[in-house]
Amino acid sequence: MTSVRGGLPDVREIAETVTDPELPMLSLADLGVLRDVWVTHAGTVVVSITPTYSGCPAMDAMRADLKRALRDAGYEDVEVRTVLEPAWTTDWISSAGRAKLAEAGISPPHSAPIRAAGPIQLDLGATVRVLRCPQCGSARTEEQSRFSSTACKSLWRCRSCLEPFEHIKEI
Amino acid sequence: MGHSDHLDDYGDAYGAIAEDNDAQRWAFGSGFDDPLAGVDTSVPSEVDGTDLAAYCLMLGDDALILSHRLQEWVSRAPELEDDVAIANIALDLLGQARLLLARAGKADGTEREEDTYAYLRPASEFRNVALVELENGDFAHSLARLLVFSTFRLALLDQLRTSRDPVLAAIAAKGVKEVTYHRDYAARWMLRLGDGTPESHQRAADGMAAVWPCVGELFTPHEIELRLATAGVGVDPSTLRAEFDAVVAQVLSAATLQRPPESASSATDGDTDAAGGRDGRHTEALTGLLQEMQGLARAHPEATW
Repeated sequence: MTSVRGGLPDVREIAETVTDPELPMLSLADLGVLRDVWVTHAGTVVVSITPTYSGCPAMDAMRADLKRALRDAGYEDVEVRTVLEPAWTTDWISSAGRAKLAEAGISPPHSAPIRAAGPIQLDLGATVRVLRCPQCGSARTEEQSRFSSTACKSLWRCRSCLEPFEHIKEI
Repeated sequence: MGHSDHLDDYGDAYGAIAEDNDAQRWAFGSGFDDPLAGVDTSVPSEVDGTDLAAYCLMLGDDALILSHRLQEWVSRAPELEDDVAIANIALDLLGQARLLLARAGKADGTEREEDTYAYLRPASEFRNVALVELENGDFAHSLARLLVFSTFRLALLDQLRTSRDPVLAAIAAKGVKEVTYHRDYAARWMLRLGDGTPESHQRAADGMAAVWPCVGELFTPHEIELRLATAGVGVDPSTLRAEFDAVVAQVLSAATLQRPPESASSATDGDTDAAGGRDGRHTEALTGLLQEMQGLARAHPEATW
């Protein structure tokens, strides 16, 4: 297996230019959704991607965008495969990706929670975590909702600059 | 990519949508990519593919039907944040349903697609529990249902992560992360309602009382569930009851609510007339739901646009 073919650009480099349809400041590689890219002996480019959430409606758009980018680069035979295991985690968002999120006013995730043994605990206490406002840097922020404009984000408000902002929630 | 290339690609919005025939992604019906594309869907050794398919339909139909009920709330929730939250929860469940229905068609060898299961089966072929098909009622009723369902499903998916079927195990591992947030949302709302005003407390209590008769069915094992549990592929739901009871007790206590009397659920405990969802026996509520969910697909078979 190889990632280059005579005279054509590297397939991984091409795939890494494709951005997320809902977080266009991030590439699929930054997001950790792009899992692998290779060329088979028969010349087929195989790209494997993993969904962030089960219902992520952007998966079809990602497949189409990957195929289009690779075809535009001269690779006619492209296959996009889904990988479900291991499940995506926000820990796979690259440090470059985190910087791009912050620059775009989206609070990047902290480390994903580590699971204790036994049943998953239900915590009914108040949210005590502190997030910095990506606009003004204030720590006087509060969570409005665990769900926001996409499945992967929660909704916050800054009590200093009064702006709302989104946070990529840890999974 | 240069600016002019970008215009070539997207300057014509209709062309951008229509250019790739593999991805007619705005249609309801055919045109969605197979959510299991490229996943090895062979059936593990010594597992009956028909049983596995039926089991995937049980888990998939629970998610699909509750997803539809939650979608009915969108634009009607008390606050915009709740519209968004409920839509996200419904979307997660729809995603789980798509994977499970697609897995069913691979497991029994019929190669039926997710849409065939979702849009073309009559009510008698749906295998969901009664809990998910009931009418929404008021917001407290719907949140009581979501608490009961997500507590049950989280315990189930958590056990299923070690299934011998690697596809089910992967779907479950992903679902655990999602349903943890669903249970959290429902529990926090029950807390606000139960420990709120006298009116909200009463509605939360009424909601729990209304859904409680459906709890017994969740933990009554079907013979297919028992066979697959023995084979290390499925979960015997009766083993999940202790965890369920502990979590529900935690929420009800914090919400100053009483657990509904056990007699209220005895009607479905082991009673095959009432607890027959896994065998395709349903209430009229499911018929009405399917008329709406399937109407467009049935009126325009094979439609793509």
